[in-house]
Amino acid sequence: MGSVLPGGIGLFLFLCLAAGLAAAQSQDAEKPIPILTGTAGYFNFVTAGQNQIDEQINPVLLVPLGDRWLVEARMECEGAFQRPPGGGPYGGEVSKNLDYAQADYIANRYVTVTLGRFLTPFGIFNERLYPIWIRSLQQDPLILPLSAESSDGMMLRGGFAVNPKANFTYAAYVSAIDTGHNNLQSDRNAGGRMSFFFPSTRIEVGASFQKLLQDTRTNSFGFHFAWWTTRLPLNMHGEYARSNQGSGYWVDAAYRLSQLHFWQKAMRRTEIAGRAEQFFLGSISADEAAALGLQPANTREGEVGLNYYLQDGLKVVGSYARQFSPAGNLNLWSVGIAYRFLIPLGPSGAR
Amino acid sequence: MNRAIIITKKKLAALVCVLALSCFICAALAHAEGPSGKKEPTVSATARSYDADAMRIQGEQRYRANCGRCHAAPRKFPPRMMATVLRHMRVRATITDEDMRLVLFYMSQ
Repeated sequence: MGSVLPGGIGLFLFLCLAAGLAAAQSQDAEKPIPILTGTAGYFNFVTAGQNQIDEQINPVLLVPLGDRWLVEARMECEGAFQRPPGGGPYGGEVSKNLDYAQADYIANRYVTVTLGRFLTPFGIFNERLYPIWIRSLQQDPLILPLSAESSDGMMLRGGFAVNPKANFTYAAYVSAIDTGHNNLQSDRNAGGRMSFFFPSTRIEVGASFQKLLQDTRTNSFGFHFAWWTTRLPLNMHGEYARSNQGSGYWVDAAYRLSQLHFWQKAMRRTEIAGRAEQFFLGSISADEAAALGLQPANTREGEVGLNYYLQDGLKVVGSYARQFSPAGNLNLWSVGIAYRFLIPLGPSGAR
Repeated sequence: MNRAIIITKKKLAALVCVLALSCFICAALAHAEGPSGKKEPTVSATARSYDADAMRIQGEQRYRANCGRCHAAPRKFPPRMMATVLRHMRVRATITDEDMRLVLFYMSQ
């Protein structure tokens, strides 16, 4: 078993209680109410013939306060179970992490101030594509560990139209606390992200930067793009990241088969996905890379997947990947089910 | 391996300074928004000033453009739940204020 997280669990429960109190604030038909949402999933990952059962539940609590505040938190409870090398029953660790617990103050149309523990705005995967009901392929990109996943401090962010054809978005943050705690990992760092979104073509391009304010004081930077095509039900994303630990990129695409003229009912619920990615090890040793969750050697990987949406927020997923590396080539299979739940913690205004 | 949370007095003082600074910025920004800290207009107030049909069409366009960038388009939820979800997405996906209002109007119909 992984270490327990009394502080994080306590904070999450406190926020749940606060949500109940906040729900009694108003009966106004348009006032937001607290919500308990999140994801649950069950997956089988087979890596080079070794099966791993992955079960997870990731509750997200959203508590709006007044017209400008939002308190939000997400926990990640994940169990990864494998058979021991000599055979026997499945066993493994259950990890519990507090991904974010933040207070957002919407100051005006240009600025939102965030305080607390938040997802580091580096690239787009960590903040926007990470939840299992959103991602089209369940394996993490190889370069994901290159940037800190969570930070503790303060962030300014916002998005606004610079002209009718383009929106500008930004995030700038300082992470002030260095915690070595397993479940509340963060470093002292500062950085930001900016991007332009063009609504008519649905293209987003942006760049990220991060400066570590401790130890090696190294810099990281990255670029990202997203394209949700207007003519096809095709969604594309990509990221490039570079730091002293390594560099690499990933590009993925997901296509809904809704335009096919046969088996319409099933086809519009079916999505095919693919990802190509590459990672180059930086100026750290293979052991250091493995400890950070990175590949211990230069790695290339191609992955294809098939997702079937049983209903909104519930999908069955499967994928196959082939990984090429000097450390050894291997196959990665995955199959599972991902579910997103949404529970109102007050009168929802349903008609 | 478990390590204790490392927070020295100096770091704590720095954190307090950051919090105080952020409170100051919040207050300053709130003051800049309006002389009497007026509330943001609600969807109803906005709806009265525009044609509802045009808003619905605009809302659907913004909904498809913004939501589809990351995930499959979700179904509609009750209005008060949608209001919370949209506030969350405004922060998470840095959706503009105008887009959020129009999408909320469309999703609340």
